[in-house]
Amino acid sequence: MSATTDRSARKNWTVELRKRAVAALPPEKLLPDGQPAYLSSWIYVFGVLSLASLVVLIGSGSILALKGPTWWHVTGIGHFFNSMHLWSVELFFFFMVIHLWGKYWMAAWRGGRKRTWITGAVTFLVAIPCALTGYVSQQNFDSQWISTQAKDAMNATGIGAFFNLLDFGQMYSYHIYLLPVAVVALVVGHVLLVRKHGIVPPFILDEHQPILAAAATDGAAAAPPAEAEAERPAAAEATDVPDGQPQPATEAETPPTGEPEPTG
Amino acid sequence: MAAVFNLNHPPHIAHWHFIYLSVPNLVVIVVMLVVFALAILVPFPKHNVDRGSS
Repeated sequence: MSATTDRSARKNWTVELRKRAVAALPPEKLLPDGQPAYLSSWIYVFGVLSLASLVVLIGSGSILALKGPTWWHVTGIGHFFNSMHLWSVELFFFFMVIHLWGKYWMAAWRGGRKRTWITGAVTFLVAIPCALTGYVSQQNFDSQWISTQAKDAMNATGIGAFFNLLDFGQMYSYHIYLLPVAVVALVVGHVLLVRKHGIVPPFILDEHQPILAAAATDGAAAAPPAEAEAERPAAAEATDVPDGQPQPATEAETPPTGEPEPTG
Repeated sequence: MAAVFNLNHPPHIAHWHFIYLSVPNLVVIVVMLVVFALAILVPFPKHNVDRGSS
């Protein structure tokens, strides 16, 4: 490559973007061939179950959008896709709430994972109006009832002039375009952040054992519960590492050989 | 074909102090709690991977 080409490559924004993207998320991190041993628990499957529900949700919703309200109300296959869309959103929220509970009790924002937690939480919040606008887009008596009741609520909060639940066109646009795009963008960002920082390791119970043992054996001489609680975050944070840094290897999270456990 | 469940009536309501939930919503919440507990308690199946243990 000539010197001129080198200079132009350095100034090329696509090259710069590629370098930054690969540095932030190298291919072996983006698509790993193994996962840590501590993922061998059912509680870790609810994130991907939420993703699977979202895929079915978007697929069935796309077909409903192509065919229109008359089709989904009066034909057998339309009823089928309408039901599939309903039950996939039920499962999406079902799995997402359990995923949220699990990650909350794991304190999944540890170790530089704050943005991962925030994108997940915001996805949940954005998905709620996405579902609400779907309920008022059904084009039946149920949607009329929900929209009139919800309109009162929106008026009470002062945003009724901007978010009119009785306007089918506005609600349908929100439901099939604006809010799904936001949900999918947030989910993509969330998954990329999970890939970048890895899945949060469990609390290392051994670090808490001395505190608990002292409290049990020393009686009054031991640290009172309030102090013991105050020490917990420090103990937990001792395992945390800055963004982009590899996690310290521990017995709890690393297979005996140090090799990642194959997936699938 | 008749529906499996007759939904042609107002929902049953569970009302306790300030908690006011339809029974179907309450059932879903209880099922979520049960699934959450099972996800923590039920052991995950292990793969038989040859690690070359010493």
